[in-house]
Amino acid sequence: MRSIRWLAVIPFLALIVGPFFVNRATPVILGLPFLLAWIVAWILLTSLIMAVIYAADPANREDET
Amino acid sequence: MNGALPFIVGAALLALVLGFVARRGKNMNLEQWTVGGRGFGAIFVFLLLAGEIYTTFTFLGGSGYAYGKGAPAFYILCYGTLAYVLSYFMLPPIWRYAKDNRLYSQSDFFVRKYESPTLGVIVALVDIVALIPYLVLQFKGLGIIVEVAGYGAISSTLAIWIGAVIVAAYVMVSGVHGSAWTSVAKDIMILCVVIFLGLYLPYHYYGGLGPMFEAIEKAKPNFTVLPSRGESLWWFASTVLLTALGFFMWPHTFGSIYTARSARVIRKNAILLPLYQLILLFVFFVGFAATLQVPGLTGSDIDLALFKLSVKTFDPWFVGVIGATGMLTALVPGSMIMMTAATLIANNLYRAVKPQADDRQVSRLAKFLVPLVALVAVFFTLKGGETIVALLLMGYSFVTQLFPSLVLSLAQRNIATREGAAAGIIAGVATVASLSLTGASLHKLSWLPGEIQDLNIGIVALAVNFIVLIAVSLAMRSAAAPTHAAAE
Repeated sequence: MRSIRWLAVIPFLALIVGPFFVNRATPVILGLPFLLAWIVAWILLTSLIMAVIYAADPANREDET
Repeated sequence: MNGALPFIVGAALLALVLGFVARRGKNMNLEQWTVGGRGFGAIFVFLLLAGEIYTTFTFLGGSGYAYGKGAPAFYILCYGTLAYVLSYFMLPPIWRYAKDNRLYSQSDFFVRKYESPTLGVIVALVDIVALIPYLVLQFKGLGIIVEVAGYGAISSTLAIWIGAVIVAAYVMVSGVHGSAWTSVAKDIMILCVVIFLGLYLPYHYYGGLGPMFEAIEKAKPNFTVLPSRGESLWWFASTVLLTALGFFMWPHTFGSIYTARSARVIRKNAILLPLYQLILLFVFFVGFAATLQVPGLTGSDIDLALFKLSVKTFDPWFVGVIGATGMLTALVPGSMIMMTAATLIANNLYRAVKPQADDRQVSRLAKFLVPLVALVAVFFTLKGGETIVALLLMGYSFVTQLFPSLVLSLAQRNIATREGAAAGIIAGVATVASLSLTGASLHKLSWLPGEIQDLNIGIVALAVNFIVLIAVSLAMRSAAAPTHAAAE
């Protein structure tokens, strides 16, 4: 299950490389310009990714690590 | 007396009371005072990290940046998020090592890992030089907030003195416990106030978020996308990366992970903190709302955007509530910075000179140093001119220079030697200082492609640091190789 940790690379790609492809004001999503909407979406997804990594991490099942 | 004052005064008293109550039932030795007895659960660690991260910069600077520059402000949302991703993997081994070796400060970590008290002194000095301007920034923000939100009833100078006395008092008494408890009040208030402002102001002035951004796009085309030169995509990418690496290198942030009860507490926070980061989104909304409503602020005045718009929009009592919140965003990080700076001086500078000093003496000295640190910061806030501004700009880049030797030391076999680590940090810091003081920027090198010119110049310092670190480490290893081989 350790390979799940590699999911952590995705937020870096999305927030550092991603803007090169989404540096636009439109389409507007939920009122937000597209670049801002992209960043907000990836912050939410980052939290989700970290939750998945946490759940799969055997270190978190030990009592006091 | 005006409608705003009772709230501001009330919040100051609340901070003082919470700060003192936090001490109850604890024997304030160094371990309790500076790292909370290493017993904080997920919520307290969250409060500390959130308390330090959401400073006056978030409140004034975040909205001001969106107001003045638009899309480049988004970088603040990104770097924090990525720093939390890194924290999941990087912080638990640091926490474990600190617990096993009973470390108190970031400098201690380098002392142990590299078995070098000298390196500890270097790190402590870099830390202090970065921390004091950061404290000055909090005091400056505090002064502005209280003066503007109190409609001038309390002068900025008086506010700074009162704030400094309150924080110094409760830090002396309760240490990190005081910071955590006052953080409770601060986080509840900032959450309510900022989300309300971020939703209400766009609705009130434009009829909603969509219409607001539409109006901005019409008045200032491309304000919400990154420009093609200057603070461009390349600037954005390099700045997000650099600041994400430097994030946990701030000594007070680094130190707050020592307070965790378990590594799991830290990992849990890596899930929560990115979400909490979204508070900044609402701060940006305020800045965007202000950009067409209170136009004309330039230079450092852009930081006043939030308050100018608030004063224009709300009754004095509510401006007071916003001011009270803003004040707490200065006091909580201020308290962590004071405690960290005092601990570094007592534990890593004094003890380096006087190794026989025991924990009790160091603890007493650290508490005694708190008001002195506060005084120095107040002095620079009121008297410091250009120097302090220059130091402030360098602070983040200074602490980022600790990243390479720290990360390498986490590997099972550290390729960096103590000489390499010291040389790298010194070379990096010297590069930052000389680049900043001479106003050098890659834009001056007109033969470079535009993309490279836009890169954050901090990349240069980090590269110099890394190259020196590796070169010196390799040289020391090959010089030591014969004896090393004999020992094996």
